[in-house]
Amino acid sequence: MTSEVARHLLYQSHMPTKTTCLSSQVSDDEQKQKKENIRSLTMSGHVGFESLPDQLVNRSIQQGFCFNILCVGETGIGKSTLIDTLFNTNFEDHGSSHFYPHVRLKAQTYELHESNVRLKLTIVNTVGFGDQINKEESYQPIVDYIDAQFEAYLQEELKIKRSLFNYHDSRIHVCLYFISPTGHSLKTLDLLTMKSLDSKVNIIPVIAKADAISKAELQKFKIKLMSELVSNGVQIYQFPTDDETIAKINASMNGHLPFAVVGSMDEVKVGNKMVKARQYPWGVVQVENENHCDFVKLREMLICTNMEDLREQTHTRHYELYRRCKLEEMGFTDVSPENKPLSLQETYEAKRHEFYGERQRKEEEMKQMFVQRVKEKEAILKEAERELQAKFEHLKRVHQEERMKLEEKRRLLEEEISAFSKKKATSEIYQNQSYMASGSNLKKDKDRKKEPGYRFELLCFDVRACETNGGRKDAEEGREGPCTMGRP
Amino acid sequence: MDPMRRSPSPCSSRPSSPRTPPCEMLGYVGIEAVLDQLKIKAMKMGFEFNIMVVGQSGLGKSTMVYTLFKSKMWKSTVPGLGTPTPQTLKLQSVTHVIEEKGVKLKLTVTDTPGFGDQINNDKCWDPILGYINEQYERYLQEEILITRQRHIPDTRVHCCVYFVPPTGHCLRPLDIEFLQRLCRTVNVVPVIARADSLTIEERETFRRRIQHNLRTHCIDVYPQKCFDEDINDRILNSKIRDRIPFAVVGADREHLVNGRCVLGRKTKWGIIEVENMAHCEFPLLRDLLIRSHLQDLKDITHNVHYENYRVCRLNESHLLPRGPGWVNLTQAPAGPPATPRPSKVRHQVQDDSKDNEEY
Repeated sequence: MTSEVARHLLYQSHMPTKTTCLSSQVSDDEQKQKKENIRSLTMSGHVGFESLPDQLVNRSIQQGFCFNILCVGETGIGKSTLIDTLFNTNFEDHGSSHFYPHVRLKAQTYELHESNVRLKLTIVNTVGFGDQINKEESYQPIVDYIDAQFEAYLQEELKIKRSLFNYHDSRIHVCLYFISPTGHSLKTLDLLTMKSLDSKVNIIPVIAKADAISKAELQKFKIKLMSELVSNGVQIYQFPTDDETIAKINASMNGHLPFAVVGSMDEVKVGNKMVKARQYPWGVVQVENENHCDFVKLREMLICTNMEDLREQTHTRHYELYRRCKLEEMGFTDVSPENKPLSLQETYEAKRHEFYGERQRKEEEMKQMFVQRVKEKEAILKEAERELQAKFEHLKRVHQEERMKLEEKRRLLEEEISAFSKKKATSEIYQNQSYMASGSNLKKDKDRKKEPGYRFELLCFDVRACETNGGRKDAEEGREGPCTMGRP
Repeated sequence: MDPMRRSPSPCSSRPSSPRTPPCEMLGYVGIEAVLDQLKIKAMKMGFEFNIMVVGQSGLGKSTMVYTLFKSKMWKSTVPGLGTPTPQTLKLQSVTHVIEEKGVKLKLTVTDTPGFGDQINNDKCWDPILGYINEQYERYLQEEILITRQRHIPDTRVHCCVYFVPPTGHCLRPLDIEFLQRLCRTVNVVPVIARADSLTIEERETFRRRIQHNLRTHCIDVYPQKCFDEDINDRILNSKIRDRIPFAVVGADREHLVNGRCVLGRKTKWGIIEVENMAHCEFPLLRDLLIRSHLQDLKDITHNVHYENYRVCRLNESHLLPRGPGWVNLTQAPAGPPATPRPSKVRHQVQDDSKDNEEY
């Protein structure tokens, strides 16, 4: 339906080919493009698109620039001072202590204005680097920090709804590695740290406090350092030499690496000018004097000539490497096992389904477990209920028995009482008969009889009442017996 | 996804918009040299621009392309008598590299012969939308590869110039339908073609009517109001919006006028100079497309239209069947409004949640 859009070979040849693993793909591309070619047209008049670079620049000015520097070096080696001197400001004043148990990173962002350029500068300093007795874990926090910034960017890029143009880029664009001016060689810690950082960030090694080394020693030191770096396979940042305008100066600067720098914000009067310098009893070390140190070179290279290239390298090389490793780690590939091109989407979908399935399964499991637990609990409760019931029955039976016993006793007692009253009746009859015989002692005897009789009856009544009350109390728990009646 | 979240960071998580105390520099540092670095990089890499011209045949599309870029894109602008008119809409893309003062521009022009020429023009915008979406798809596929290219070739259509026939009345139903569908997917710049058949007053009335039509049907042409960043942009763009659609005339011959050689159309009653503002508004179109807003067109395509496409695509993907039908050309869906571009002057972006509701 549509014709293939042709690609132009000219562009590919001008791209800086610093790619390592990408090179194979680029050459494949080139092969494809050699087959299709694009005509170069000459125009018959003025069109006006030479303003295009200006349009681009205007847009960048509006957006503002972002630059992130990481300074790695021992405490007190002069990192903050150098940054202050580089950007001609006083960022922060206080030094840090030597007694931190771990290496930390501290990031601060500043906004700088120069003519119409807005620069958001982020300085990340290592705090406590090289101070610990055991330095095994020293470089890991740095690596983690750099990775975290890449990670954040990757997350943003992989979002469905993303806003990359609004994103504050926090990826480290350059790492200034401060080497102590021992004059001998690299320390082991330095070597290890640089080795672990070189594939993640552009490293520019600098020799700090270079006013402690003499010129002759410096030359030897530099050569020693570079040879050590090369022999250990540490890839430091090389200033790009593919553009003619800056190739020459960059190439010469590459030969001066590592830069021996001195930082100072103090001003000293030299001649009739105030210059930034460090005053010693034996002389004045001027920061911006090229004979004294390489500070001017560093500033030129870092800011004036290669800032954009540093950012580009970070984005196209280091970030892409991180991204590729990360995605491969997660199981995404570009080519499926059957060698058919696999898209990220498909793998993503597959993983998504997998995760869903997993989640479903887990949910099911949890549900099952829950049901199980509920059942168990129910069983326990039922058991308890049954026990309680049994106990209740048992108690009831016991009471029943007690009651029956008491009833039995009561019956016996009543029989006794009735037998006794019968006896009493017969004895009264006999007594009457004896009265008839005597005659006069009747009333007195009667009275006397009545009283004991009454008392006698009362006695019987009391005993009976107590007994029955006591019995009833035993048989029926908790019920108030008649003896409690009337009591408050 | 757990592995991603596991990575620790000793420092707090990235500052989304960090507090930036403004610092005053005590002297010249040289930060502004970064602008030069940018320029050098841009010149080296070259620029890309993809433009699509849509309109019925005979409206002067090819001539207009010639006038804009001063170079013959196609071998012949007039179809020969022998060639039959195409039955279906076939898009043709041509790519050229043009250079001016060291700046290289890779220009791709897509023509749409046969648009609106059939008896039944129903759904004649489908192939065009399909083409535009295909370019987005291509870019997206490149972008989500594991090993990406250093510079993803940009074939997305940055601008679509729509030629309105100079009836003098108002927009036709075909125009309205097409514009409605397209302005959600791509930057559309409508122009009144062959404006030399209208007088100045007729042009004005026609323009007003078209503007009214566009407003009534909620067609948002470039420059879109919602993407104005600050007051300067707004002022500039309002002036442009006032003159949209431009009444243009294209020409590919030069004539002698007052001793100067100018591009123009020679008629019995005079020579219409293309670059003369009094005669037609071609300079405005050229300035908009090339001299002032080219980068902006590309930005909006990349930041808004492409992102919208990407969101739809990634949201829908679990509904699409996997396999050979993977690269599925979806039509511009009837829904999602463009998310407003967040301003560089740091005010809050309101993301349209309508996008999610639609799907």
